[in-house]
Amino acid sequence: MLDSMNKISSFLFVVGALLLAISCSDRQAENVSYAAPSGEGEWKENLDHYQKTWPQKFGIGRQASKERIKKWDIDVNPQGERLPKGEGLASRGKEIYLAKCASCHGKNGHEGPYDQLVVTDTSKRNTIGNYWPYATTIFDYVRRAMPFNAPGSLSDQEVYDVTAYLLYRNKIIEEEYPVNANTLPQIEMPAKSRFVLDDRRGGNEIK
Amino acid sequence: MVGVLLGVAVAFVVVKMWNNRIIEPDKDTKIVVDPSKVQGRGPDKAGYRSKYERLQKITSTTAARTPLQDLYGTITPSDLHFERHHAGIPEIDPEKHELLIHGLVEQPLVLKLKDLKRYPSVTRICFIECSGNFRYGKREMTPQEVCGLTSQSEWTGVLLSTILEEAGIKPQAEWFLAEGADGALMARSVPLKEALAEAMIAYAQNGEPIRPQQGYPMRLVIPGFEGNTQIKWLRRIELSEKPFMTREETSKYTEKIAKGKIRMFSLVMDARSIITYPAYPKKIEKGWHEIRGIAWSGRGKIKKVLISTDNGRKWNEAHLQGPVLEKAHTAFRYMWNWDGKPTRILSKAIDETGYIQPTYSQLVKARDSKGGYHFNPIVGWDIEKSGEVFLADVKDIK
Repeated sequence: MLDSMNKISSFLFVVGALLLAISCSDRQAENVSYAAPSGEGEWKENLDHYQKTWPQKFGIGRQASKERIKKWDIDVNPQGERLPKGEGLASRGKEIYLAKCASCHGKNGHEGPYDQLVVTDTSKRNTIGNYWPYATTIFDYVRRAMPFNAPGSLSDQEVYDVTAYLLYRNKIIEEEYPVNANTLPQIEMPAKSRFVLDDRRGGNEIK
Repeated sequence: MVGVLLGVAVAFVVVKMWNNRIIEPDKDTKIVVDPSKVQGRGPDKAGYRSKYERLQKITSTTAARTPLQDLYGTITPSDLHFERHHAGIPEIDPEKHELLIHGLVEQPLVLKLKDLKRYPSVTRICFIECSGNFRYGKREMTPQEVCGLTSQSEWTGVLLSTILEEAGIKPQAEWFLAEGADGALMARSVPLKEALAEAMIAYAQNGEPIRPQQGYPMRLVIPGFEGNTQIKWLRRIELSEKPFMTREETSKYTEKIAKGKIRMFSLVMDARSIITYPAYPKKIEKGWHEIRGIAWSGRGKIKKVLISTDNGRKWNEAHLQGPVLEKAHTAFRYMWNWDGKPTRILSKAIDETGYIQPTYSQLVKARDSKGGYHFNPIVGWDIEKSGEVFLADVKDIK
């Protein structure tokens, strides 16, 4: 009895295997043995076989609403996209700078104890005036991470004003120059032309 | 009468103290407890290191360095992984943490940690190195002090490509911004094509959930890229056409090179090596020693490590511990019979692209700069007649 069952089942197995081979030739990868290594110790060994068992979409996670994105989408790029409404003035920025920034960056922006922001004739350090390639970065970074002891606490207006003040102190804009979503991306930074993209590509050369 | 009572009281206290005295092990007469003659300590829920081992990071206010000279093999114990953060280590409740995927995608997504864990996972061993990982200047420096901002882990998570394909990548997308949930909202632009090949959103390190210092509950891991791009405490990925030019990719993590230029988006870590034994502050004896160390390259596998025990006159190939993995710390070994004469030992890494780890003077000449990010010169150790080992003057290495 058992013997005939075995015979029937192995017959069915052979038929099944043949049918599979004929009808599912495009899905054969799923049946390839995982024992044969393709990349010998590589992290992606047999990953392509595994990936063939994945669906096109998993449907895991939830859709992000426009409001949800807006709440976090704070980055400002060199094109000035997503810069908020408002206008910054160096004269207003000075007060904010002295109250909230000077203790780390110095009363004049170059005495420390932390990063020097304002360039001087004898600057050896990287400052906004001699190193930063984009003015928009000042707005993005100050809003993102400053002041150090209360990151993200400045209003957009305050960030605009501090940005204007830092640009003015680095002699990049006049004191009265209004800094806003239109003007900020247009400000040419002194160091911009010095920046080049990485061209190291490995191989026998030192760059 | 009072005197007698006082006497009794004093005697009582003295006897009590005598009975309760702590008997210190008598070191002079070598009376110690034989561990094979007593019951040992019971099982422990979290484990601990032997009290005879002192494995410690060296910390500053914003960084902690891995004790390379105290480690064996290639995996860095998770608690000894180097740290570098820009606004401290945030304490994040994974139930409240969300990862937002948006920008140039068909369907913006919000994922929680538990969602991420439902996606197919991958596990990979690779190093993470800070690109500002070279210190020198005195002879009394350990490997940890010279380049302890590199560590290696087995990372587990989801391939970035899996998540981005779920959201649907729009054809114009060429970069993405990765942003952390720390006080610095640390943000870096990463080229999409390069990252899609291998990057992952990791949630586990060496078999356990990622530690807070390394980005709990989730971080970006981009094998071979400089550490700063591998955003910890990852909360947002925004696909874009162009890079965002954040502070960390313009005013930091860029380096001055020849002709007054400044190199940006220098993302891949070039090949490098360091001998971790013998090294300062060890003192060695005449005779056989196994010179040990690690070599690694962000561009692929280490192909060869060359060792010189005579200050660079002759170079011999070290034994590499297999399997040699891509973009991973690779252990090298070389048996050396020290004749007791003062000498200098050096190591030089060569990766599978044919890149040869340069000397300090070669780097200075090529870049017209004496330091900065991505400075990976050959370093070595001076062995004095006494057997004392000191960091070799990097400017003097030929």
